[in-house]
Amino acid sequence: MPLLEIKNVSKDFDGNVVLKNISFVLDEGKVLGLCGENGAGKSTLMNILFGMDVIHETGGFQGEVILDGESVSFKTPVEALNAGIGMVHQEFSLIPGFTAAENILLNREITKNNIVSSVLRSEKLKTVDMPAVFESAQQSIDALGIKLPAESVVSELPVGYKQFIEIAREINKDNVKLLILDEPTAVLTESEAETLLHSIRSIAARGISIIFISHRLREVIEACDQVIVMRDGLIVADYPTDEIGEHPIGKIASWMTGRTVGESVADEARDLTKEKKIILSVKNLWVDMPGESVENATFDVYEGEIFGIAGLAGQGKLGIPNGIMGIYPSTGEVIFNGEPHELNNPRKAQQNGFAFVSEDRRGVGLLLDEPISWNICFNAMQIQGLGIKKYLGIPFRHEPTMNEVADKYIDELQIRCTGPQQKVSNLSGGNQQKICLAKAFCMEPKILLVSEPTRGIDVGAKELVLDALRRYNKERGTTIVIVSSELEELRSIADRIAVVTEGMVFDILPPSTKSAYFGLLMSGEKIEGEVI
Amino acid sequence: MNRVVKAIDRFGRAKFIIAAFLFILLMIAPIYGVSRVSTINDVVLRFAMNGVLVLSMVPMIQSGCGLNFGIPLGLISGLLAEAIIMEYNWTGAAGFIAAMALGALIGAILGIFYGYLLNRIKGDEMVIATYVGYAIIYFMNMMWLGLPFKNPASVQGYAGEGLRVTISLDKYWSHVFDRWPSFQGEGLVLNIPEVVNGQQTVQNLRIPVGTILLFLLFCLLIWLFFRSKTGTAMTAVGSNADYARAAGININRMRQLSVVMSTSLAAVGMVIYGQSYGFAQYYTAPQFFMFPTVAAILLGGAVLTKATISNVLWGAFLFQAVLTMTPSIINSAIELDISEVIRMVVTNGLIVIALTRKVRKNG
Amino acid sequence: MVKKFDAKSFLRSMLVPILFLIVISFAIPLSGFTSSHLIKEVMTRLARDSFLAVALIIPILAGMGINFAISLGAMSAQIGVIMSQNWLIGEKIGGIGGLLVAALIALPIAIGLGYFAGSVMNKARGREMITSMILAFLVTGFYQFFVLFICGKVIPITNKEILLSRGYGIRNTIRLETAGAFDDLLMVKVKVPGLMRPIEFPFFTYILIALACIFVIWFKRTKLGQDFRSVGQSQRVANSAGLHVDQIRVQSVMISTVLAMFGQLIFLQSIGTMNVYSGTDQTSLFAAAAILVGGASVAKATIPNIFIGVALFHTMFIVMPNAGKALTGNPAIGEYFRSFISYGVVTLALVMHAWSRAKARDDERKRLRRDKTDAAEAAKKASAENTP
Repeated sequence: MPLLEIKNVSKDFDGNVVLKNISFVLDEGKVLGLCGENGAGKSTLMNILFGMDVIHETGGFQGEVILDGESVSFKTPVEALNAGIGMVHQEFSLIPGFTAAENILLNREITKNNIVSSVLRSEKLKTVDMPAVFESAQQSIDALGIKLPAESVVSELPVGYKQFIEIAREINKDNVKLLILDEPTAVLTESEAETLLHSIRSIAARGISIIFISHRLREVIEACDQVIVMRDGLIVADYPTDEIGEHPIGKIASWMTGRTVGESVADEARDLTKEKKIILSVKNLWVDMPGESVENATFDVYEGEIFGIAGLAGQGKLGIPNGIMGIYPSTGEVIFNGEPHELNNPRKAQQNGFAFVSEDRRGVGLLLDEPISWNICFNAMQIQGLGIKKYLGIPFRHEPTMNEVADKYIDELQIRCTGPQQKVSNLSGGNQQKICLAKAFCMEPKILLVSEPTRGIDVGAKELVLDALRRYNKERGTTIVIVSSELEELRSIADRIAVVTEGMVFDILPPSTKSAYFGLLMSGEKIEGEVI
Repeated sequence: MNRVVKAIDRFGRAKFIIAAFLFILLMIAPIYGVSRVSTINDVVLRFAMNGVLVLSMVPMIQSGCGLNFGIPLGLISGLLAEAIIMEYNWTGAAGFIAAMALGALIGAILGIFYGYLLNRIKGDEMVIATYVGYAIIYFMNMMWLGLPFKNPASVQGYAGEGLRVTISLDKYWSHVFDRWPSFQGEGLVLNIPEVVNGQQTVQNLRIPVGTILLFLLFCLLIWLFFRSKTGTAMTAVGSNADYARAAGININRMRQLSVVMSTSLAAVGMVIYGQSYGFAQYYTAPQFFMFPTVAAILLGGAVLTKATISNVLWGAFLFQAVLTMTPSIINSAIELDISEVIRMVVTNGLIVIALTRKVRKNG
Repeated sequence: MVKKFDAKSFLRSMLVPILFLIVISFAIPLSGFTSSHLIKEVMTRLARDSFLAVALIIPILAGMGINFAISLGAMSAQIGVIMSQNWLIGEKIGGIGGLLVAALIALPIAIGLGYFAGSVMNKARGREMITSMILAFLVTGFYQFFVLFICGKVIPITNKEILLSRGYGIRNTIRLETAGAFDDLLMVKVKVPGLMRPIEFPFFTYILIALACIFVIWFKRTKLGQDFRSVGQSQRVANSAGLHVDQIRVQSVMISTVLAMFGQLIFLQSIGTMNVYSGTDQTSLFAAAAILVGGASVAKATIPNIFIGVALFHTMFIVMPNAGKALTGNPAIGEYFRSFISYGVVTLALVMHAWSRAKARDDERKRLRRDKTDAAEAAKKASAENTP
């Protein structure tokens, strides 16, 4: 019997279509694996299911969602919760100072009457029945097949257990019919992940349907009854797991990345590994960046090349440039231009010829309340003395020089603004990104680290940004390391692409490699001879 | 119309409303028998007296340490310097300048420790600063009593020990800069004829030229500092600390420097205040500077993370105008003494408004 | 709920009380007070000040830190007392009746002011404490306007004893008709062997304080109390669990303000006179200093913290001027010292809280890294075993 039916669902954000006519059916007590690259439309679909604000604030969606035979359209997550949908997010929503039990029954505590509450007939003034809370929570935990006392305080538990507590919270709700797990195994060790897959099966056996989103394709195959693959807002494959046939992982990977025709590879991907020397050599790099930690990454970059770093969210690709630049604490051995490079020192890195364009544009990349000229010149001023004029031996800011520099880049990168004195907060995302590039360019670096340069900017601006990087590399021979979650973008610009998985460089490939193989690598599989 | 609104917005709404209100007060002053000239005289004098204190807020706001409720630290440095210089009987302009220099030095030393503390409690600077401010006042109260000052002009007469609550600076440096350029006599005094209460009178308008110039000199120095490379870095730290860190700036050192600057300036400001007022006030007096000084720069248009020299000038002027004009004019107009109430409501209202304004969170 | 006893963290939380104990154990002999006098004084202070300290607990529970705006509740109480003395002139309803009328008048004012304070503090997230403090100063301005001008000009004041001679405005200090109404109701005398005089203490007031404590303990166990705790621990998680975070935070300040109102009534009847204009200036400082001395922090406060704190803090308050005089020959030094200690102890507690918060963030990161490392090690081992 179908529990959830999605019929012809479409969604666009300001004309930008992210879901095109999606339809599928999920039966009661079944586990559905949902696969797709970043931006394939998975999260939008889940947001629709869960009634997130972002959907109806942008004009709702087309099509129909049928839950348990009834057509539904949730306006808030609370409505979705009440209808029996539970969701476990990637980031934990647990209260660290509370016990597992208190977290599992958060805002659903079991209560009993006391004198005041019975006189006032107030639900809120009833006493919380702690023993009952513990008992109920323990039942849910036990149902997951793990050993964990409900009295344990969350902050004292290892990360892996937190995921289980979140799931226990969802199945503790007696009306739960559908459970959405978004990358639940990302933070788990292998044995914990194994336990989780068992838990998923036993939850399903109780008649609860599950949507399991994961990039670990092996787990998807193991745990799911049905696999749906999304790409560019479409469902490209929808099979019962046992009907996929031979080499299921390879097949899913190729569906995810697709593009059998017209693969846009860099026209002139160069192989500089033979003729040029190594400019940057990274050995055993560890970076403590929350959510993007790097664990033992090793790779070499050759002089003058564009080196791409690909990987799924949370695997540590962002940690690499952030660690090398000293933004997050790191350890390891980095050799630049034959000299040892000092880690954890942003100033030293920049003095030695590094420049960085951060993925966190508004957080780290820009001074939103300051004018364009400041933003472009600040680093070069502090490190190299650009736009500085000395009076009586004291270095002062020389605004005319700064404006001149800013004007030059406004012109070169076609930054749309009223002039170098405009505040950066008033600019569009694309123009802000160009300012971040200008900031790096004007340091005239020997090596440029660029992190997610096209995130959150529109298509036209994307091309401009990538073109600017290509041109800079060609004209000056500057080595560029570019990190991006968009594989196609990397393939169109990079000479070589490293794939980062679980904090390590998994492999380095030429961009002409089939995208399905990249997809496979990103999901942590490296199977020799697997047919794609 | 639209253009007018925009112009007002650029100037700052609160500032505009207060300025308009004060202008109206000044216009109606003669109706209630209040002399305009003497009102302006008071405002100008207080502006010069308080200016550097208001200016001392700027470095810490700019570096992101927030409103400096810990200003008493600087104030007691100034007071201590005054007492020490008096102990050595330095008088006149030399004594005054020596007191400023010594105050700045003591302030800088205290500022180093204070800055170290504030760097360890990021996010809670303001509430802790307030209590540090109060605590240091009472600590110094014990010191004022206990330190072995001997100068009969400054110690309590009957006991022969412990500083007086109020020490007259008449024999030392009261008004030395007010009276500049002549350094003696009355300084620059304009005699302006005015009709008050139907009587033709001649009112004195005393312009403390030297003190105003001194204030402007400090404004210029701070303005120049924020145009220097270091000042630019400090501004960036306040604007977005993560950005500054990524650019290789040592955030903690910038913040500490800003605290040292603010505390030193507050010490200098206290000495200048004493010079203009004619008295050095010890014991609980510094309490009465904490909130009004913060409120003044807010009235000038500063926010929690940004302050300019123009905010200082406008703030020092408008705030002192509110404090001087409301008692004299409003009290005569409605025949109620509500100056104290207005002072409390304006001072604390401005601070509450600033605290509840949304601050952009980076990261 | 079952938490392992952690000696280290217990000692850290008791650091301030222990320091305080050391200070006063030196000061008591110096002060020259007899122990019976001292005990009597401390018993009186416990009755007088504990209730106000109780008012701080609920906002701490809701994660808003120390509510320095409890003075708003105190001001409501003072208005209640003024109005009841004005309207009840000539009526014979007794002290308790007078206090009840005062409470009745003050209650809506306290609720309204609490709502206002809570709403303002919601707009200053992350800066609640400094905002509550300045807010108290701001409302003091309005309060003074009320007692100085509205009383007599707008609201007729018929009781000439509380009216300024100019015809409007309330006198600086007024004597309470209801002085000692609670305290004297049930004064218990206990004879302690070894002491010359029996020790008196106001039993009825203790009952009231016990009721307040029972209320707090009961409240913590209700669903609403659990909601407060959730919001206090993490606004984000509480919100995603469907709790109305803003509303809960406002409610916590309202409850605190109302409790402070009752606390001030108890305080006033115990003293017997009321300082109309400056009587509420130090309310929050003393209450905050007391619970912090008792070992509470900005994030955690319990009933024992209150009693330990009030007893220690006020003992210090009583003995310090005399001890200072004995030591330096100048009573003023002792007075300044106790003010310094009051502010200093709040500073110390705030600093320690900010420090431990930064440390907790750091630990969390380190733990995350360690977990990750462990996971990586385990994975490596597993893959090594799999490869033949």
